[in-house]
Amino acid sequence: MLTEQVLQNLMQAATMMWQGMLGIFVVIGLIALIVYLLSKTGGTA
Amino acid sequence: MEFLWEGILAVTWKQLVMYCVGGALIWLAIKKNYEPALLLPMGFGAILVNLPMSGVIDQIAQGVGTTHGIIQWLFETGIGVSEAFPLLLFIGIGAMIDFGPLLSNPKMFLFGAAAQFGIFLTIIVATLLGFDIRDAASIGIIGAADGPTSILVSQVLRSGYMGAIAVAAYSYMALVPIIQPMAIRLVTTKKERAMRMPYTPGNVSKRMRILFPILVSVIAGLVAPASVSLVGFLMFGNLIRECGVLNRLAATAQNELANLVTLLLGLTISFSMHAEQFVTWQTLMILCLGLFAFVFDTIGGVLFAKLLNLFCKNKVNPMIGAAGISAFPMSARVVEKMGIQEDNQNHLLMHAVGANVSGQIASVVAGGVILGFFL
Repeated sequence: MLTEQVLQNLMQAATMMWQGMLGIFVVIGLIALIVYLLSKTGGTA
Repeated sequence: MEFLWEGILAVTWKQLVMYCVGGALIWLAIKKNYEPALLLPMGFGAILVNLPMSGVIDQIAQGVGTTHGIIQWLFETGIGVSEAFPLLLFIGIGAMIDFGPLLSNPKMFLFGAAAQFGIFLTIIVATLLGFDIRDAASIGIIGAADGPTSILVSQVLRSGYMGAIAVAAYSYMALVPIIQPMAIRLVTTKKERAMRMPYTPGNVSKRMRILFPILVSVIAGLVAPASVSLVGFLMFGNLIRECGVLNRLAATAQNELANLVTLLLGLTISFSMHAEQFVTWQTLMILCLGLFAFVFDTIGGVLFAKLLNLFCKNKVNPMIGAAGISAFPMSARVVEKMGIQEDNQNHLLMHAVGANVSGQIASVVAGGVILGFFL
């Protein structure tokens, strides 16, 4: 049975899912972009 | 003479179960070589804390008051108050990682992010099974495939299931060579697994290697402030390694520090393996959810690689996505082995290592992001 508490937790978990994955991709994407730009500007030997 | 029998008569059936659990962990560590540095101290500690009136945990003695136990003190000091043990371990881990394969191919960063999908799906499933949202988040983080992160998140969120979470996290990390091939085969074809990827080794400059840990700490700290302790300590260890002027400290962090903290962490975490807390249906559910998290991390990574292939000119072997979990280097080895099984000239190791070390960063970022929802 989906009680009101479980539903509330479920909504919170769903929010965590999309916001969390977005957050991870933003952080990792930014790092990747900076590493890429650094390598293009003489970061690699 | 009564005192001779007092202890034996005080043993409960749940404590007997914990002796078996402890014995099983020790057996897995010695016989199967599954994460022995952690499973053996955890198994032995599980036996120690579950002995009746055990002297390793605080006891109230008649006429004496409270007597303090060493494992409880270690837990309260090293994990409970400061989360010091898992964080110190991150310095050692950071000092061990060579980010070179990742820095020479920044595209691999994305697979580390994608392979955290199982964490969040598991949180949803755990809430459906009736776990409180904090416990569900702590259970989901088993999917980070990163023991210290799992311990730290479950401690900060005050989850009552830390013992089960730690056991699941370390056991499944050791079982990656069994779990991942099964999950990869579920979502890939033989043709996809045989896909070759040429590797052109690129030299990474010292400047880049030194800037990298600083940049990662700052970016992660600005976007997900709760991840600063996790990412910061990991990257501090890496900075010591790469700076070139602290070789003695880097060697100490990689060896003495990491070994000492691992030794204490395993023993200390056993405090959360009290029979009353551990021998429950929830523990079995957590073990199942941990497996679920690992499987869907793998599937998430593979499916993301397939999605990327729809838009990219240079195709990626979808198995590389599976290496985006944090279990290093087991996951990269699994991908290399599976690639060779399909085509004996199909060497994917260096690409997989890149995705694998990206997973190490992404998993601590994931831990910080999850903590950010509650802090």
